[in-house]
Amino acid sequence: MSTLVIAEHDNSSLKAATLNAVAAAQAMGAEIDILVAGGNCSAAANEAAAVPGIGKVLVADNAAYEHQLAENVSLLIAEVGAAYDNIVAPATSNSKNTMPRVAALLDVAQISEIVAVEGADTFQRPIYAGNVIATVKSSDAKKVITVRTTAFDPVAAEGGSASIEAVDAVHDAGISSFVGEEVAVSDRPELTAASIVISGGRGMQNGENFKLLEGIADKLGAAIGASRAAVDAGFVPNDMQVGQTGKIVAPDLYIAVGISGAIQHLAGMKDSKVIVAINKDEDAPIFQVADYGLVADLFDALPELEAKL
Amino acid sequence: MKVLVAVKRVVDYNVKVRAKADGSDVDLNNVKMAINPFCEIAVEEAVRLKEAGVATEVIAVSVGGKACQEQIRTALALGADRGIQVETESGVEPLVVAKLLKGVVDKEQPQLVILGKQSIDGDNNQTGQMLGALTGMPQGTFASEITVNGEKLKVTREIDGGLQTLSLSLPAIVTTDLRLNEPRYASLPNIMKAKKKQLDVLTPADLGVEVTRHLTQVKVQPPAERQAGIKVEDVAQLVDKLKNEAKVI
Repeated sequence: MSTLVIAEHDNSSLKAATLNAVAAAQAMGAEIDILVAGGNCSAAANEAAAVPGIGKVLVADNAAYEHQLAENVSLLIAEVGAAYDNIVAPATSNSKNTMPRVAALLDVAQISEIVAVEGADTFQRPIYAGNVIATVKSSDAKKVITVRTTAFDPVAAEGGSASIEAVDAVHDAGISSFVGEEVAVSDRPELTAASIVISGGRGMQNGENFKLLEGIADKLGAAIGASRAAVDAGFVPNDMQVGQTGKIVAPDLYIAVGISGAIQHLAGMKDSKVIVAINKDEDAPIFQVADYGLVADLFDALPELEAKL
Repeated sequence: MKVLVAVKRVVDYNVKVRAKADGSDVDLNNVKMAINPFCEIAVEEAVRLKEAGVATEVIAVSVGGKACQEQIRTALALGADRGIQVETESGVEPLVVAKLLKGVVDKEQPQLVILGKQSIDGDNNQTGQMLGALTGMPQGTFASEITVNGEKLKVTREIDGGLQTLSLSLPAIVTTDLRLNEPRYASLPNIMKAKKKQLDVLTPADLGVEVTRHLTQVKVQPPAERQAGIKVEDVAQLVDKLKNEAKVI
């Protein structure tokens, strides 16, 4: 059996999510190759080649793939993936965009966001915001799978020396083009990769008050997240949203501040190792999943917490 | 231009769904059903395009049993002009839904198809992208802003870490993210009017699609339970616990 893992990268470096996807691919017990599709992406390809246990790294380096346009990259993955039993990618916003297109081109189902591998064709995945875990069995000969990264511990990033092979196929569907990107520049770790996350909810009252979290985040080296309620209220941008329809995180420490704990939010953070909740409502559902609950007004507690760290 | 909007009937987002004790399926007896929140945003966007004079007709389509006509009527009450139900059993897989929607696209020839980015029951996040592949149309997924500019569609998308803007050739597919708009409430007169709007029923055979299954649900189970911990007295105790008991800071 053979598996093609689709690398998550920004052309200049390999993203850690790739290592979680490789771990899931290993659980499937197959020979693993990695596909790096991008533009001027040799640095990312070199990092992929350093991942231990990889057969070879296929590199499709072309301007048509530089911005990961789904229309182009899906055609490439469908072509290269034709030789493999499984095509596996981390469930990042990029793969969520591209992989269903690949599955449809191959006329197979996609199995989204698996959290466990039970066998060659059987997987577990959360449904209904993670309130239920479904075990599904695929009857497709070829499987297109995305992996919930928090469910698989990453493999090592270094120690391997896989061969690198160029893929010449150029697919430019010519129906979409990249205009621009606004990526928040921050010294803080990325939300999905941070070992500590501090999130604010509706209780923060406004976007300005998120500054109260920043001082603590700086002291702890934490990323800052938010509940959907805080995003909906316009306090903070959507890319900070933790939950069913936002980011799924599982840090060592998750601090929920002014978050009531709706099931949609819990779906995005309940696999965190240690959960702290700070809320003035002692009946808030967040306390039912918190290891340490502090019933307090966040406007008193946050400055005190920052001072004591 | 003509806009096609897909809507799905799902369990209301406030309902906490549980697995049945025998693990055969989720328990959906007597639970409240509603239009999928992301589909509602899709309908709102289409109706706004019509109000802005960009769209000429908005068609709401749903794939499912007769009950999903209720959600089509909701879309009609929000301002869609007519509805199409593709009659199937419930629980049809995204790939098949995409094939059925392609059949509707071939028939109606819309310039824009708007769908929710994911439904909150299956959490698959697939149908729009699959429809893109099947029709050969470009896609603007997880959209937070769209602008029609002649033959082009400018889409701002929510990506990891920020926003990305793409330019797509029409016809195109858009899937909605949370911040695209805030859906209106249907007014009572519009709910009454919606009852009289045209709603056609098609079968998969009408669209030349065979309903197949690629996945079998073996079982469902509740997720691992998390035990509630303790309440701390004050910030000092919290910091002490995190340092000395949990050892995470």
